[in-house]
Amino acid sequence: MRVHVTVNGAQMTADDVWPGESLLYVLRERLGLPGAKNACEQGECGSCTVYLDGVPVCACLVAAGQAEGREVRTVEGLASGAGELDAVQEAFVECGAVQCGFCTPGLIVQAHSLIAAHDGVPPDAEIREHLAGNLCRCTGYEKILDAVRLAARRKAGQ
Amino acid sequence: MDFLRATSWAEALRMKADRPDATPVQGGTDVMVEINLDKGRPAALLDLTPVTELTEWSAESGNIRIGAGVTYTRIIAELADRLPGLAQASRTVGSPQIRNRGTVAGNLGAASPAGDSHPPLLATGAIVEAESVDGLRMIPIGDYYTGVKRNALAANELIRAVHVPVRQGPQYFSKIGTRNAMVIAVCSFGLALNVAERTAGTGIGSAAPTPRRAVEAEAFLAENWNPGDPEVGRRFGELVAAAAAPIDDVRGSRDYRVHALAVMARRTLGWAWEEHRRTS
Ligand SMILES: Cc1cc2nc3c(=O)[nH]c(=O)nc-3n(C[C@H](O)[C@H](O)[C@H](O)COP(=O)(O)OP(=O)(O)OC[C@H]3O[C@@H](n4cnc5c(N)ncnc54)[C@H](O)[C@@H]3O)c2cc1C
Ligand code: FES
Ligand code: FES
Repeated sequence: MRVHVTVNGAQMTADDVWPGESLLYVLRERLGLPGAKNACEQGECGSCTVYLDGVPVCACLVAAGQAEGREVRTVEGLASGAGELDAVQEAFVECGAVQCGFCTPGLIVQAHSLIAAHDGVPPDAEIREHLAGNLCRCTGYEKILDAVRLAARRKAGQ
Repeated sequence: MDFLRATSWAEALRMKADRPDATPVQGGTDVMVEINLDKGRPAALLDLTPVTELTEWSAESGNIRIGAGVTYTRIIAELADRLPGLAQASRTVGSPQIRNRGTVAGNLGAASPAGDSHPPLLATGAIVEAESVDGLRMIPIGDYYTGVKRNALAANELIRAVHVPVRQGPQYFSKIGTRNAMVIAVCSFGLALNVAERTAGTGIGSAAPTPRRAVEAEAFLAENWNPGDPEVGRRFGELVAAAAAPIDDVRGSRDYRVHALAVMARRTLGWAWEEHRRTS
């Protein structure tokens, strides 16, 4: 089957899609966007997190056909231009919140959605709750929390 | 495998009538896991997400009618004041990403004994609105769960909505898991007080082949309406535990579940009564 989906502002078409295939597979294997990672394919790790119509979801649990006519924004589409970084990405780099990097794209999208919804710096409990569906096996999470606080502080102009 | 895309409720019903073997998919948080891990391969997927009629909820004669496409995230954000028990249970489901997609209708479709929406639905006496080309059925929640991961839906039926009575008093949901996020319940308990009628509804999760009420515990409390009395609370807990029929499995032992249910029932009753006294 054929699926039409807008990804990072560009209209794209994926052909020969198997009806049971996930949006994650379509993004990575058919549309050449390997940013969202495939780690568990069962919603447990969050490394495949993308925006679907502005809402962060696990791309591995969205059937490809469910993305028909919808808007997807992946980690590749957060920065405003090539060679640039979004503020959340910048904060992750500065804080050393990236080790092997496998969880990073999912965490960045999920953190991005938290910061976008807040004017100030969210309390720690809220940051932890918001990131509870994103697993990281390397960092121990502290530097990730640092990065989220830094990005939120900067957005708030503090 | 075929992919059927319903764009209206009428079309969804027609498609399900033509293809009773099609698996409906809403949030996909159960369906896609099965496909990804090759645990089962449906003959067809029937995508309900384009059906806009399903994504609304409305207030109707003392109930909230929650469309099958309303996500947990929206129940938490929009209905916590009127349906506190269901909102509390929704908060414990998976992670934000799962709650952004997952629905109560999907929880009902899967009918897992561990599904978190079931205890509050049982405790409040919810009604499942099911429809097919043959007509509409209002299924009382007590008749809905028919076995482990089995439900009362006919092969051509779809869930249109679930009707949940608006709170008549404090409601609590309690769930045991190994961490705070992303856990299937070891066991769970939902309580809904009806202060004016001096009754309480109950729902037990993950401690029997199906979610179920603790009918004797409810009757005992109605006859001994003194929820603040520690002795009443203790007995209520015992009767809730006695209503369960848990098994030993990887998540917990039978004995642990029975003990935990007695504790959760006693505590939620204490919290509910405390809230009632504080606010009345
Ligand atoms: C990582 C992870 C964590 C989870 N944690 C929890 C948890 O803590 N608690 C919990 O209870 N569940 C949990 N789940 C399971 C799942 O999220 C819930 O059961 C959820 O409610 C399913 O909703 P859905 O819309 O995604 O259903 P789907 O996957 O779309 O469908 C589920 C079932 O319902 C059927 N169905 C869907 N819509 C209809 C309809 N309108 N009419 C008839 N049948 C229908 C489908 O055919 C399927 O059998 C978790 C899942 C994942 C992947
Ligand atoms: S790959 Fe989707 S949540 Fe792990
Ligand atoms: S940096 Fe390696 S998993 Fe998070």
